[in-house]
Amino acid sequence: MFKYLPHTEKDIQEMLEVIGVDSIDDLFHEIPSEMLGKDLNIPKSHSELEIYKRFADLAAKNKYLIPFVGAGAYDHYTPSVIRHIIERQEFLTAYTPYQPEISQGTLQYIFEYQSIISELTGMHVSNASMYDGATATAEAMFMATNVKKTKKILVSKTINPNILKVVETYAMYRGIVVDYIDEVNGVTSIEDFKNKNSLEYAGIIVQNPNFYGIIEDYSGYRSILDESKGLFIMNHDLSALSILKTPFEYGVDIAVGDGQTLGIPLQFGGPYIGYLATTKKLMRKMPGRICGVTKDSEGKRAFVLTLQAREQHIRRDKANSNICSNQSLLALFVTVYTAVMGKQGIIEAQTNSVNATHYLYDEVTKLPKFKKVFKHDFFKDCVIETTLDPSMMNEKLAEAGILGPLALGKYDISKKNMVLFSATEKRTKEEIDKLVSILEVL
Amino acid sequence: MSKIVKGLYYTNTHEWVKVEEGFAYIGITDYAQESLGEIVFVELPEEEDQAEAGEEFSAIESVKAASDVLSPITGIIVLVNDDLEDAPELINEDPYENWIVKVEMENKSEINKLLSAEEYKEICE
Amino acid sequence: MYYDKLIFEISKKGRKAYSLPKSEFKNHVINKDLLRDELAELPEVSELEAVRHYTNVSFKNFGVEKGFYPLGSCTMKYNPKLNQDIANNPLFSMHPYQHLDSLQGVLEIYYETQRILSELSGLDTYSLNPYAGAHGELVGLMIMKKYHMDRKDTRRTKIIIPDSAHGTNPASAVVAGFDTVEVLSNQDGTVNLESLKEALNDEVAGIMLTNPNTTGIFEKDICEISKLVHDAGGLLYYDGANLNPILGLARPGDMGFDIMHINLHKTFSTPHGGGGPGSGPVGVVKHLVKYLPSPVIKKVREKYIIEDSNDTAIGQISHFYGNFGVVVKAYTYLLSVGKENMGNIGRFSVLNANYIKESLKDDYLLPIKGVCKHEFVFDGLIDKSHHVTTLDVAKRLLDYDVHPPTIYFPLVFKESIMIEPPETESKETLDDFIKIMKTVAEEARTTPDLVKGAPYTTVVKRLDEATAARKPLVKYRDLLE
Repeated sequence: MFKYLPHTEKDIQEMLEVIGVDSIDDLFHEIPSEMLGKDLNIPKSHSELEIYKRFADLAAKNKYLIPFVGAGAYDHYTPSVIRHIIERQEFLTAYTPYQPEISQGTLQYIFEYQSIISELTGMHVSNASMYDGATATAEAMFMATNVKKTKKILVSKTINPNILKVVETYAMYRGIVVDYIDEVNGVTSIEDFKNKNSLEYAGIIVQNPNFYGIIEDYSGYRSILDESKGLFIMNHDLSALSILKTPFEYGVDIAVGDGQTLGIPLQFGGPYIGYLATTKKLMRKMPGRICGVTKDSEGKRAFVLTLQAREQHIRRDKANSNICSNQSLLALFVTVYTAVMGKQGIIEAQTNSVNATHYLYDEVTKLPKFKKVFKHDFFKDCVIETTLDPSMMNEKLAEAGILGPLALGKYDISKKNMVLFSATEKRTKEEIDKLVSILEVL
Repeated sequence: MSKIVKGLYYTNTHEWVKVEEGFAYIGITDYAQESLGEIVFVELPEEEDQAEAGEEFSAIESVKAASDVLSPITGIIVLVNDDLEDAPELINEDPYENWIVKVEMENKSEINKLLSAEEYKEICE
Repeated sequence: MYYDKLIFEISKKGRKAYSLPKSEFKNHVINKDLLRDELAELPEVSELEAVRHYTNVSFKNFGVEKGFYPLGSCTMKYNPKLNQDIANNPLFSMHPYQHLDSLQGVLEIYYETQRILSELSGLDTYSLNPYAGAHGELVGLMIMKKYHMDRKDTRRTKIIIPDSAHGTNPASAVVAGFDTVEVLSNQDGTVNLESLKEALNDEVAGIMLTNPNTTGIFEKDICEISKLVHDAGGLLYYDGANLNPILGLARPGDMGFDIMHINLHKTFSTPHGGGGPGSGPVGVVKHLVKYLPSPVIKKVREKYIIEDSNDTAIGQISHFYGNFGVVVKAYTYLLSVGKENMGNIGRFSVLNANYIKESLKDDYLLPIKGVCKHEFVFDGLIDKSHHVTTLDVAKRLLDYDVHPPTIYFPLVFKESIMIEPPETESKETLDDFIKIMKTVAEEARTTPDLVKGAPYTTVVKRLDEATAARKPLVKYRDLLE
């Protein structure tokens, strides 16, 4: 017997009798016999104790390093309350809320999540979440090309290279041409955008703060797009929106990004959560699920998945997207994070991160082998140039238990002496001073 | 039995056409609105858009379904029924009164390719 | 009721539920022009209020640990607590940019999971990057497209999909830039070979199939289907949503499939989370391995590495390496189950499904007779004289504390009720369910209005979905207007 399989011999016999066959094998008779009975090279069944031992061995082969890099994954603090709530079986093991009468729990937190995204981005409506910020950006591109009925899009070169790669991949298979707007001194060149923009393009995709951590001023982009009736898509760090100018204020049509910065632990890259929010006009063009409010037959307020007619299970090959699941439990995560950190707490966590990163920047660029690069202000990532070999530097830092900055050379050969640092509200002065003291003697 | 109005032309994709002095009013039939159920949204084209015979110019959503509306007629859309924006359920109430678009007919002979009320009745059965 | 409210409605200015250390750093002032005009109106509550609020919200939900959840094609099996404990280990929560030397344990988990999935499915190599089943489908189709592009065969623009397929299949095909061609099913839901032969030509890039199919029937002609498609120059894609019944018994790779995705949140017990996060690993035959999305995790000599494979791959479809937090849970499950028990998952899930089918076929209409696999479909009640629909039955089941099965899918039957009782469910649970289903069928005969008006005991009754769709209220601010 196995702990996840309750059937006793007696159970099996009684059930076979009702079915009217002699053995369970009879229930597989239509499968060609040569397909069955393969000897598989898979591990033996492990008891719980043996599993703990196996994972202890695996953990010993890792070394946790204090991260001084962000670039899409930030080490923000996770309040203790969250794990206890999201692990409640009612949230953790439930399915998609297709039967709203017994899914008011899921539907309510999705509604709260949508409200939070709207508040942070300023946009009219958010969906129930996407897989991650990169795929959400690609889906926004599809929204734009579908609406404008054109197969070309402009993309800024200051976007995180991983997001760019995902957008390029999604574009390629659907026959969409991606053209680029130049980066000049760390920011998107509005001149280049003005020159390249035309009616041919569905719109432009930009990021804020951009890959280099720089807070870009995107005023002026809306009026350029109005001339070509193009759509303005902005990928924005969600937590930074507690402080920074919102996509709505910039006249953005589709706001996307990753919600990892609302306290989701690093988890070696996932699961995180993508958000997508848009204007009233484009609401029905959004991919994914949307939760709305209604009344039940007794007049009581209730939540329900709405606008489902656009989704894959109904529209099939005419659907806006193929997305089926979302990142529901992570939507609950960021909702609880927002409830716990609250209006002031998110601002404080981000402010502390900004301050920590600026302290790091000031101290490191005082060292002789490091210097400043861009003149624009940055949020919680910063670019520093160094005469040291970045690999060697990071090796030495790792020996001291520190994860050093991201070397930019592999993304842009002209930046091969530059590295991307970050510090969050978790980094103490002591930790940063230690980092500086190690770098000083390299 | 779904209602079919005489004097109109029909398609086998359940649209109807009423011709009036070189213009065509287009809507969906009683059979179509019944199949869809409670209509919640009508995606309307813009005035001066071009309609092409056999191609989609609108989509209608109900709670559980969505259906493309194909134009039986080629021509410029001169009028769009804006009432449907706030009250899409008008199509459920009277699908023949509540047309979706008015099109200036480019080629009057396109009518000959459409079904008569009797021919459409046979399709519904 | 104070706690029937939204978190915004219990918020009070000045309350807080967080604690951060005092900042040690000088305050950096950002230019006012770059700041938002007004602050976001986010909640302010105390910690107890937050906890109490979400605890009460949770009571309005139904999880697998509360009761039976026979949703067809969802495989709502028990989500082991051990998986949670292991995944929560902070030593596995590193930054994705840590160096290979410091990551060997993490990468070994990836590599071993890839390897075990390969063994179980009969395909050469896996990528764990896709985030969900639908995402895996997209990846699989992109692989098909690139394969033909590299062969300089630009005519292959179509994907064949059975009319019984799940909606994500045609939607994924379109997102990957293909057109779809539907083939007909036989009475028992299996692919009609004549319809398939007619559809096959040099414009077909491949076919997407689920086996067992969405009606729970094993495609007994799969080897012939595979030969037909390959002979026509196409590839076969396996939708792994229905892998549970053949797990450890038969392998899609041996049936001729070239590409497949697996749903870790179905077959491999990772929690559904109310709709995610899932994980949809994609496996391929040897000659397609170079197309797997970048980055890839490999073993070179005795070391695990992460490699950028963008020069041959379809490209990149995730920011980092997929949902690692989900993969860890699946790996834990694979170790728990192990070789000795793997084959029993399929055997007992199939036993469960056939037991329910035979027990209820006198009350519910069974369109496909004979042996089913892990799930099967009823086409509504046998006695339809009182016009009690599948929807009515589903709503009435809620009053008996059972989560309804999947309804109105597959589309091949008008009143579909698709039931999947996973192998973790005991005979007693099934007997209870059978009794309840029979009771509702009896109610439908004797007091049909009672069933049509259900549910009565849930926290909310039947909802007005039309108004929700006509005038969508999608955020808290909309309620204030």
